[in-house]
Amino acid sequence: MTNAPVTGAEARTIAGPGKPAMSPARLAGIALAVAVALGLPFVVSDFHSFQLTQAIIYAIALLGLNMLTGYNGQISLGHGAFYAIGAYTAAILIDKAGVPYYATLPVAGILCFVVGFLFGLPALRLEGLYLALATLALALVVPQLLRFRPLEGLTDGVQGISLDKPEAPFGLPLTPDQWLYFFALLVAAIMFWAGHNMLKGRIGRAMIAIRDHHISAETMGINTALVKSTTFGVSALYTGVAGALSAVVVAFVAPDSFELFLSISLLVGMVIGGLASVSGAIYGGLFVQFVPNVAEEISKAAPWAIYGVILILFMYFMPAGIAGFVRQVQGRLRTAPTRSSADG
Amino acid sequence: MSMTRRLLCTTGLAAAVALVATPGLAQKKYGPGVTDKEIKIGNTNPYSGPASAYGTIGRTIAAYFKKVNSEGGVNGRMVNFVTLDDGYSPPKTVEQTRKLVERERVLFVFQGLGTATNSAIHKYMNRKKVPQLFVATGATKWGQPKAFPWTMGWQPSYQTEGSIYAKYILKNIKNPKIAILYQNDDYGKDYLIGLRVGLGAKAKGMIVKALSYEVSSPTVDAQVVQLKNSGANVFLNVTTPKFAVQAIKKAHDLGWKPVQFLNNVSVSVSRVMKPAGFEKSRGIISSAYAKDPTDPQWKNDKEYLGWLAFMKKWYSRGSVNSSFNAYGYAVAKTMERVLKQAGDNLTRENIMRQAAGLKDVRIPMLLPGVVLNTGPGDFRPIEQMQLQRFEGNTWKLFGPIIDASGSS
Repeated sequence: MTNAPVTGAEARTIAGPGKPAMSPARLAGIALAVAVALGLPFVVSDFHSFQLTQAIIYAIALLGLNMLTGYNGQISLGHGAFYAIGAYTAAILIDKAGVPYYATLPVAGILCFVVGFLFGLPALRLEGLYLALATLALALVVPQLLRFRPLEGLTDGVQGISLDKPEAPFGLPLTPDQWLYFFALLVAAIMFWAGHNMLKGRIGRAMIAIRDHHISAETMGINTALVKSTTFGVSALYTGVAGALSAVVVAFVAPDSFELFLSISLLVGMVIGGLASVSGAIYGGLFVQFVPNVAEEISKAAPWAIYGVILILFMYFMPAGIAGFVRQVQGRLRTAPTRSSADG
Repeated sequence: MSMTRRLLCTTGLAAAVALVATPGLAQKKYGPGVTDKEIKIGNTNPYSGPASAYGTIGRTIAAYFKKVNSEGGVNGRMVNFVTLDDGYSPPKTVEQTRKLVERERVLFVFQGLGTATNSAIHKYMNRKKVPQLFVATGATKWGQPKAFPWTMGWQPSYQTEGSIYAKYILKNIKNPKIAILYQNDDYGKDYLIGLRVGLGAKAKGMIVKALSYEVSSPTVDAQVVQLKNSGANVFLNVTTPKFAVQAIKKAHDLGWKPVQFLNNVSVSVSRVMKPAGFEKSRGIISSAYAKDPTDPQWKNDKEYLGWLAFMKKWYSRGSVNSSFNAYGYAVAKTMERVLKQAGDNLTRENIMRQAAGLKDVRIPMLLPGVVLNTGPGDFRPIEQMQLQRFEGNTWKLFGPIIDASGSS
């Protein structure tokens, strides 16, 4: 930690020349994306707004998982557990304590941070596949715990907790689905902005250094234990907030909602979206939400076989995930005009 | 030739029904999903995921409506049965149901499977005023016409069954000391509630021991030993098939000879009684509302043969040993009946009214004597069961049909 200022200075020199390089084309692209994101719910149906909201929620969860696995190299097969804890925290606070839904998100986030951080401590001794197994256990335990009798006063056991869908506040002329879309979008914008800053800064570089070479990172003075368990905590925080949002949007939680398959879906979404990429989380969220539906459209008899084929095709043609593919295409587009201008 | 005659017959019948149902004959009233040619109805089933074994119910229903359509449909309209996979995951059920209601624009949703999955859409359906009919779950909460006027169950609830055993115990067993083994979830607990309600004020003293097990546990042997040691003379076995087999075997091997009750969930001859051993299962009492296709006593039964012929022709991939497939057939027939009764007034309101207007309706593959009854204040179609005792290699029905309406 003593050499932190040095790394900080480095950051400025690295980031320095990058900043003004934001081309007008890129700015226009971002402006267009924002306009589309804000305009979509007015163009599509409530049902599609609901689906898009779910995709946004998955994107937040995937960003959390990506911090841990993509940036820090710790594999988690159990992020569904944090998603469940976040969702139940929100549902219990709303249902039993009458807390307004928006106020449950920070609570869910903080609780998941603590749980994630504590889980991260013993997990420090575990590397690679062993950590994967430990987190897998977490994913298996949580749905059982939610059914556990002594906790039933809180969790309502197997039957789950039913919530009311919130209406748009301040008399805004929005349907509940449109409102929740904007609400989720706002939460996602804040969390992506914060996540982006963290990952591009000193802590982000420390995380990557640990992933790439643990011993060198330690030699450079990075407190690897602290960084790793904090990363676990922050990662759980993101996924927990996503879970809380999902409880509000779906308006129902039950142990059956958070079986192992959820954790696997998140892992798939992260890899398909692009490891160690912030924008990859968005692509991954869209994939997790929409590809199973596409698969079902293609074949009702064997949707998961189709899903598998799509998965393989993605991995074959975009080995670095969708984000990697986009980067590649952008790179080509950027070099192409330079060449032509040189010619002319 | 016979095909056309049958067609004529059906149309004639349909016309007659329509005449009765809608006095202003020419008045056609359509809700979403209905045209002169089609009625679109929706369904979610677990075709993938942990409960995918139940998916065969959805397939049976789809096959049944294919058969109905091949015979001219219902009142001349084809039934377009749109069934989607929810993987038994409540959030997915919400999404798929919204797809059915908002995009496919179905007239109603029918036979969604699972307690948690149906709970997830309970409020949504009632807020949207879209019927959520004949849900495939034995929980008690589906029969609340006041609070949830758009949701209706179908099968007897677990509580109903529990109270039936209580009544039998009170009447036939002197000084009963009851030991209970139950699965630790809503299903198990509903039985317990039913039993307690049925026993009334005496419940506390009579239940000497109640032990639970988790679905994930490997065996229930330890529990059975403890239950035996409680000195009970009545054993209520509220378990799913795998555990039912274990408990029956263990009780017998311990030399424990109480009056044994086994819940309807596990009455399958091929999946429970046979593996447990016919000798060890002798004398067990249970109750039923439907015919078990693996029970040899129905071998020459007309309804059973009708179902068998349907299975062979329309769902040959499905097992003729599966009670799920008999269940799907019976529930689809109930739905067909409601649609027929609705005539040309195919609005959501009228569908609910017709579903709540079943009077002594007989559905094939239910036990002889069991009929469906509903009313504006009664959203529990099947509330009759009959006690049965296991003898030799089959269940022997005994006693009258027990009507438990109003007992839960």
